Formats: sequence, structure tokens, C-alpha cells
Amino acid sequence: MEKVLMKGNEAMAEAALRSGCRFYSGYPITPQTEILEYLSWRLDEVGGTFVQAESELSGINMLLGASAAGARVLTSSSGPGFSLKQEGISYLVAADLPAVIIDVMRIGTGLGDIMQGQGDYLQLTKGGGHGDYHTIVLAPNSVQENSDMMDLAFDLAEKYRHPVLIASDAAIGQIAEAVELKEFREHDRDKYEWSIKGCKKGDEQRKIQNTYYTMPSYPEYLKAKYAGMESNEQRWESYRVEDAEVIAVAYGISSRVSKEAVDIAREKGLKAGLIRPVTLWPFPVKAFAGLKSVKAFISVEVNILGQMADDVRLATQCKYPVGSYGTFYDIPDPDVLVEKIEAFYEKEREK
Amino acid sequence: MNLKVPESITFAKTGFCPGCGHGIAIRLIAEVMEEMALTEKLLAVVDVACSSLAIDMWRFDTVMAAHGRPIPTAVGVKHIRPENPVMAYFGDGAAYNIGMAETVHAALRNDNICVFVVNNSVFGMTGGQMAATTLPWQKTVTSPYGKDPKKYGTLDITKVIGQMDIAYLARGELSGAAGIEQSKKMIKKAFEKQLANEGFCLVELLSECPTNLGMAPVDMMKHVHTAMAGYFKPGEFIDKGGSGR
Repeated sequence: MEKVLMKGNEAMAEAALRSGCRFYSGYPITPQTEILEYLSWRLDEVGGTFVQAESELSGINMLLGASAAGARVLTSSSGPGFSLKQEGISYLVAADLPAVIIDVMRIGTGLGDIMQGQGDYLQLTKGGGHGDYHTIVLAPNSVQENSDMMDLAFDLAEKYRHPVLIASDAAIGQIAEAVELKEFREHDRDKYEWSIKGCKKGDEQRKIQNTYYTMPSYPEYLKAKYAGMESNEQRWESYRVEDAEVIAVAYGISSRVSKEAVDIAREKGLKAGLIRPVTLWPFPVKAFAGLKSVKAFISVEVNILGQMADDVRLATQCKYPVGSYGTFYDIPDPDVLVEKIEAFYEKEREK
Repeated sequence: MNLKVPESITFAKTGFCPGCGHGIAIRLIAEVMEEMALTEKLLAVVDVACSSLAIDMWRFDTVMAAHGRPIPTAVGVKHIRPENPVMAYFGDGAAYNIGMAETVHAALRNDNICVFVVNNSVFGMTGGQMAATTLPWQKTVTSPYGKDPKKYGTLDITKVIGQMDIAYLARGELSGAAGIEQSKKMIKKAFEKQLANEGFCLVELLSECPTNLGMAPVDMMKHVHTAMAGYFKPGEFIDKGGSGR
């Protein structure tokens, strides 16, 4: 299929309906609003439903109802709006309902601001809402991946009957790049036995509620579900890591500049590499196995605290120093990252 | 005596208190569904509070929504299965306290669903705390000296959405044969309007809660008919085809 030029947010919206999604309910918030605007006319064209909800809370609960009725469903938000969706995400998990929820990350705590950020890492990967759960989190780093990952997200949501989150950011959402869109796929709302459709004589009544109400072995079921995700769904990209001594770990927009930094460092004779988590949860622990030359890692993120660094430490069983290059809202600078890699070698020489 | 009960009633062990109005409301809905041949089609959404217990009392396919969110949840269901009748069945705390924005905006969109609000004037599931519907000077566990109308008003939903462009707004009482019969007619009319694609229908059902109001069941029924129906007037407030559907 030929390539078209699209904004990252619009590519996600178009890809969602090509994945068979026919229901979207959302609320405006920068920098994700293009998704809402695009689907307000585009879903109508393909016979789907678009609802501009009165709040993120209402939107996520409309989504829950549509999912319970058997549809492929999508909503999106950012920062403060994404926090309001946490109630519904927790309920989706509890009721074993598939859904795809996009967080086009902006910066900061509280209101924050509208520029790109990666400060929702902990919220996205460690649960986020109340209770005892994880969600699969996919992190695209290009407009093409924004499109490709929607397909994957809906398939994973269906496979595990679980919400799947997309961790995009303002930069990836707002840039325009060439993208090859996928073919249309159909979704049959009657595909699942479990979805509500009307209880015929002889049918078992369908109850969409906390799964554990009717499942005595729920703890084992939930643990097995997450163990399955951890063994089957880790995704990552490794770049020049074979002989690397200093490996940057970065996702989304940060991974693009980190890749550039690796190339610059290599030209200077420094053995740098990059591991790019494509799934933030499950964290790609497998990517860190069998690295023979590595001496240190540096986590590169658009946040103040370096939220991902702890996961790198855990993935490497705390055997290596893990540095952090966190900006506040600037996209990390490849030259600064190279300086940090150079500083590591400087220290090594001093030893 | 030959007791004839709709097939959708399960007779599972009930979690409702003796004398609670929910049993009457559930029975009425089940009867209406049987009379309209909709028993196998109805899709129900309940709240997490007392109305959640209904999920085991009836055989309708049912979603238990988050507290205060049965309306948006039902809206989502209806968009995916427009040919099925869809109802949100829940209490006044969910509908008029935590879920008020959702109630008003569903009316504003004239969403084609039936909403049944069982109004017992308190938060029942959590032990009888003050609600928006608690009557002036009514004593509850969070208004031990009586609800002071200077601090907390009492919400009459017909004054909030009574001028909106919706299909149906009515209030019945689950007390006395006449009141119960009238409530059933309102429930039926709401479903007829949904089938005719007329839009948003809200029926409030004034209900007993003897446990939390500390009354014997018979006194409680009298209280619904006198004090509650005295303040919240029963009747039909909007009865028209909504526009724009």
C-alpha cells in the first residue's frame, strides 16, 4: 500500500478503525485532541460511533459499556485527563474487558503543561488505578509505529481480555511522517460468548462484574494471566548492543535521539548501544540477557526523576551502574547524551 | 394461591433487606419485560451500591458499572446494540450525587435509554448516610441533628431536567397498590418510548429503606406515601417524543 503523510495522532485514529474499532468516547485535552477531532467525522464515515463525553470519567465508562456489548473500543487522553480514566481502567481489568486507551503524554504533575513528556511511566506500568493489576503498555516511537501498534493493541486486548495502553507522547503525536496504513479488518460484535446480547431461554446469564465474584481461583487466574504476558509479550529493539559497553535505555521520542547519540558516540570510537523497550510493561527483561561487554546503562527519559531507571536495575539484577539522563520537558539532546557516555569513559580511565 | 412470577426472576438468595423497595421495582420491570416480550432482549446496567444485588435477582444480561456510572455505561451498550432495550437501574445516590453530571448530560444528548432511579432518600449500601434526596431535617448517620436546609438542599430531579428536551420524565412510588400500579405503567411507557426511538426516559421510584430509616416495614411504606411523596410529587412531568432522533 502506498504511503501517506499523517500526523502521529491521526495515524493512531485511522489505524484504530482499520483494526475494527467502531466506538470512541473521549474528551478534549492537548496534545491528544487530534484523535478526538479526526474520529468525530471519520468514525461516521465507516458506520461507527463517536461520542464526545462530558468528562473523561464518563468517556471511559461509556467505553466499558461498549466493550461489555462486544465492540472493539478506543479512548485517548493525556496527563490530567488520563488520571481521570484510571477509575474505569481498574474496572475494565476487574471485569476482564478488552479496551485500548491511548495516553499522549505531556509533561508534569498536576496540570503540567502541553509539551512532550514521559512522566506517566510509573502510572502506566505499575497499575495506576486502585487495586491489584498491570496493563500491557506499548510505546511507539514513530508515526508508522503509532499505526502498527493499534493493530497489535486490539489483538492483545482481545487475547487477554484486558485493557492495553499506548504510551505515546506529544512529539510523536504531533509530528507528521510518511506512514503505510494497514488494510481494514472486520470485527464481529457477536464474536465473544461472554459479551452481553440478551439472555435467551437456556442461556447462562451473562454478568459483567468483578470476575472474582464467580471465580474462586481468581488469584491463580490473575497471576497466570500476567505470567503469560511476561513470557510472551516482551517486545524491544536492540541497536548496536553486541559489543556495547555503555547502553542507553530509552523509549518513544527519547529512543530516536538516543539512537542518533549511539551513532555519534560510535564515530568517536566509544562502544555505545541502545535498548528500546517497545513494551513498557511487561518490561523487556529478556533484552538485557547475554550482554557480554556491557559496563553501564543510562536511562534516557523526558521526566525529572528518571522513572524507568529502577526497571533497568531490576532487569539487570542491580549488577551494573544505571545512570539517568532525564530532561524536564525538552527532548533529550543527542550531544548531551554523548557527553554523558564520554564522562563514563573518563571515570573508567581514572579508576 | 397460585403465584405467577415472571421467568426472569431467579429466586436466588436475596441480599436485599426485608421491606426494601428494590424487590418491588425488580418485579415490576420483569413483569413489563414479559408483557412486552422483551425478556430475552433486555440489557441491564446496575450500580455497585444496593442495585448491584439485582444482578442475581434477574436473568437479564447485566453489567455492574462503577458507582454513579450506570448511565454512561448503558449509553455505551446502547450504541453497540441499538436493537436491544437498555436500562440503567440504580439508586438516587449514584444518579444525583456522584453521577449527576452523567445524568444531566445523558438527558442533554437525549440518549435513547431507560433510567430507573430507586430513590430511598439515603445512601443505602453504606449504612444510611445523607444524600442529595434526604428530606429537610431528616436524621441520618451523617446528619444526626437532621439535614439543615441552609447547609444542604434537597434535590428534586424534575426541577433539574424538567425543562430539557427528553422523551419521558416521571415519578412513581413503590407504596400502596395504586402507587405500585402507576409505577408499573411508567416503566412500561419508558420502554415503549425507547423502542420507538424517542430518547431519554427517566423514571424515579420512591422507595422503602426500613433498615436505614429505622422504621418497621409498614411504617416505612406509609412514610414513602406521605412524607416522601409529599415532598417529591409523583406524576408525569415530560411525556413527548424527543427531538432529533
